[in-house]
Amino acid sequence: MNLTTALARFLIFPGLLFALPAAWFFLWVERKAVARMQGRFGPPFMQPFFDFIKLLGKSTPPRSGIAGLLMRAWPLIAVSAAAGAVGLLPVLPASGGFEGDLILLLALLELPSMCIIAAGFSSRSIFGEIGSAREAALSVSYNVVFLLAIVSIAASQHTFRLEALAQAPATPLYWLGILAIAVCLPAKLHINPFSLPNAEQEIYSGPITEYAGPELAMWELSHGLEWVAATGLVATLAAPHLTTWWLAALVFILLSFAVVFLLSVVAAATARLQIDTTVRFYWQCTLIFAVLAISSALFMRLRS
Amino acid sequence: MNLWNKLMCYSRRHSPWIFHMNSGSCNGCDIELVASLSPRYDAEQLGVRLEGSPRHADILCITGPVTHNSVEAIKTVYSQVCGPKAVVAIGSCPATTNVFIDSRTLDGPLDKHVPVDVFVPGCPPRPDAIIQGVARAAEILAARGNTAPAAAPPEVISIGGASNCEANCHVASVASAQHTAASAQSEVQP
Repeated sequence: MNLTTALARFLIFPGLLFALPAAWFFLWVERKAVARMQGRFGPPFMQPFFDFIKLLGKSTPPRSGIAGLLMRAWPLIAVSAAAGAVGLLPVLPASGGFEGDLILLLALLELPSMCIIAAGFSSRSIFGEIGSAREAALSVSYNVVFLLAIVSIAASQHTFRLEALAQAPATPLYWLGILAIAVCLPAKLHINPFSLPNAEQEIYSGPITEYAGPELAMWELSHGLEWVAATGLVATLAAPHLTTWWLAALVFILLSFAVVFLLSVVAAATARLQIDTTVRFYWQCTLIFAVLAISSALFMRLRS
Repeated sequence: MNLWNKLMCYSRRHSPWIFHMNSGSCNGCDIELVASLSPRYDAEQLGVRLEGSPRHADILCITGPVTHNSVEAIKTVYSQVCGPKAVVAIGSCPATTNVFIDSRTLDGPLDKHVPVDVFVPGCPPRPDAIIQGVARAAEILAARGNTAPAAAPPEVISIGGASNCEANCHVASVASAQHTAASAQSEVQP
């Protein structure tokens, strides 16, 4: 029973069968929202899917040696990590099966950006290396806030179990933590105003400049799955505790969509910030909220 | 033709990613290419995406009369685009070297160096014509599949019915350009 539930969670909902269409849908929502904000019509509904299929049919430049092997491996690792992160999200109530904890989820969420950094350096392209260096600097900045916010939520609930966190009653502290996570999402997803690592046109395409064909398709897919996982994390934390499974799934999907839409509107309304401005933003402005959240969480824990 | 091939053809036709390259252009055609992505013409409706890296692109859009300095760059970038690929020559310059003909700084026209699939003549061509040229190149890509560029004669895009435009005829290109500039019809309604 436990094994079937775990498999169903990984393969069907919120796993692969849901995550793949959702990834393409969220990529479309992002492009469409930006286009509408700019007074354009934007791409047709199936566009990310067509892009994916087309990229699968393209050839790749010949790569040899260990560096070539690594370059082929990074996008696959990124896709599997992102898909695993989506599969771990505690959407359905009391599902049993394999219960990964918050630490595993955070590790899987972090793996795609690690892969991007490694991919940029192993491609030996100057633009890839600049993009990777920026991604590393960005990652060091936003992850402090991101992790502190999540730890503050976990500390206030005395647990690292995802199920318990998703069902936790909402307190002002809890909402402060969710807000801090949401502030980190644009940097995690590389969208404006924190689109530095893959700065289109400015440094060609950043870490993925040298990628082509099916490998690029995997990067696009992992980006889409990151959208699903990151917005899904906010959605599961913010969703009210529901016992009906279809209602829980519906609320999860609607909340994810709302977060995606909000992030796309922010992306369309802002321009790319410089690296020093970005780092200063996270270290000076948002760190205060995260420190406030975690210190009050620890204080409440000491009192109780 | 099985289902996968049909899907692949359809996807190639609906997802042309372009890379823009300037081979010594006066910047007129470059501005028109950017205008074709603007809210007024919105080429993204056809799935067109301007890519930063030639590795990601399917269609290479080249403007300019091909100066001596740019020949090696054109060949390098053409080899960096992964197949199946197509080349769209934008403006009269890559087709005929236009008013710069017989200049000692030029090594044009473009089809001396890389196989060109679609010519979009005009000085500069209207954004509608550029979008039509890219769409035509995407159709060529879908039909061609994974085979190498064939020796088929390149196509000439002309909006407004000026269909007798010879790719190597300077006068015809300029006439077509004037005709194109005069026609205010829009192929893609915003």
